[in-house]
Amino acid sequence: MKSKLSILTNGIIKENPVLVLVIGTCPFLATSTSAINGVGMGLSTMAVLICSNIVISILKNVIPDRVRIPCYITVIAGFVTIVQFLLQAYAPALNKSLGIYIPLIVVNCIILGRAEMFANKNSVIDSALDGIGMGLGFTLALFLMGVIREFLGAGTFLGMTVTADLISPMTILTMAPGGFFVFGVLTAIINRITKGRVNREFSSEGFPGELETSATLNAIAEAASAASPAPVKETAPAAAPAAPASAPTEEEGGEK
Amino acid sequence: MAQYLSIMLTVMIVSNYVLAQFLGICPFLGVSKKLDSAVGMSIAVTFVMVLATVATWPIQHLLLNPMGIGYLQTVVFILVIAALVQLVELILKKYIPSLYQQLGIYLPLITTNCAVLGVTVNNIENDFNFTESLCNSFGAGMGFLIAMVLFAGVRGKMEDSDIPEGLKGIPITLMAASILSVSFMGFSGVIEGIFG
Repeated sequence: MKSKLSILTNGIIKENPVLVLVIGTCPFLATSTSAINGVGMGLSTMAVLICSNIVISILKNVIPDRVRIPCYITVIAGFVTIVQFLLQAYAPALNKSLGIYIPLIVVNCIILGRAEMFANKNSVIDSALDGIGMGLGFTLALFLMGVIREFLGAGTFLGMTVTADLISPMTILTMAPGGFFVFGVLTAIINRITKGRVNREFSSEGFPGELETSATLNAIAEAASAASPAPVKETAPAAAPAAPASAPTEEEGGEK
Repeated sequence: MAQYLSIMLTVMIVSNYVLAQFLGICPFLGVSKKLDSAVGMSIAVTFVMVLATVATWPIQHLLLNPMGIGYLQTVVFILVIAALVQLVELILKKYIPSLYQQLGIYLPLITTNCAVLGVTVNNIENDFNFTESLCNSFGAGMGFLIAMVLFAGVRGKMEDSDIPEGLKGIPITLMAASILSVSFMGFSGVIEGIFG
């Protein structure tokens, strides 16, 4: 039985989703061009993660095992839509600068990964704490990366000019190559600090190999490909527009 | 005609999904170790991207928009893509088993590939018509293929290099991706130059 505190801090340091586990890299690279954007993305993801973790852990005994992945995706997509509405209403500027990455929170590996690895095995409170911890870890990593890229790339900190005429800003750091590079340097520093210890600890939990990204994806893939043709076509309600097309095949998405 | 070619080339080279827009990084880092798996994955992604566009564009314009429920876009699209991937898998398994054996293992990964959802949402956001959307999707897939093939080559070379201890694994991979991304920035403005 893990203590509540260790569940909470697990996601922030020891298993930081981006810096240590290297999942959820797409929004991490794309939205960390400035600290504000990074924190906005981090908090949006965190909100979805906490809500989906809670709902999935409540429903864990109701959702049939073989259709669990489609169910998770539906729950997550629902919350993403809510977050999208809230941003449109209360933070239109942020919504504009994050753009397409808001709907793409749905396919963020962190959220589906935590649903699959944590929320469907643990109690509601633990899952909520895990969501908070993982979300905070993601937000902090985004903030760190955003600060570095914004400071070196534009000479500003949270929009305030810092090094106006002292050094000319390296604009490339706010562009795509800079994202890859700063992320590479950060993971190298993490490797150095932990001397690879974290990765080994993590790999002992069933994630061998250097790129946990592919391991996570493979886990999801296995779950999806272990499908057997399901005779459940009749159960699809024809009410929702997407249901007739998606539901029958959705049913085949889970493990038996 | 020029307009379609322009859309396709732009998304393929200038605003490459992987290297300029950060979509589909997971498979880019995960499956680019070997050339043949990189090619297989890219072809599967292109295939699903085009099919997903064929399915989602009419849904948005003929179903969601007239009914005033355009906000359900995210939910509907991801379910359609997930269903489509399963459907493609079943069809390939039954009718083209040889192709299934080559692409089969990559197909389930594609549901969680943000490039596929990204391209369908992008088509709607940019107000592309149906043909333009198809060009955009095909171009995005081809751009993914280019990036994957180039990066698989880079990683093949890296296997034989003497890399400093602290950079082994993810850090050096990301830095190599950074350099590849710089080289793609060189294309910016090329399309405007051609199609003016």
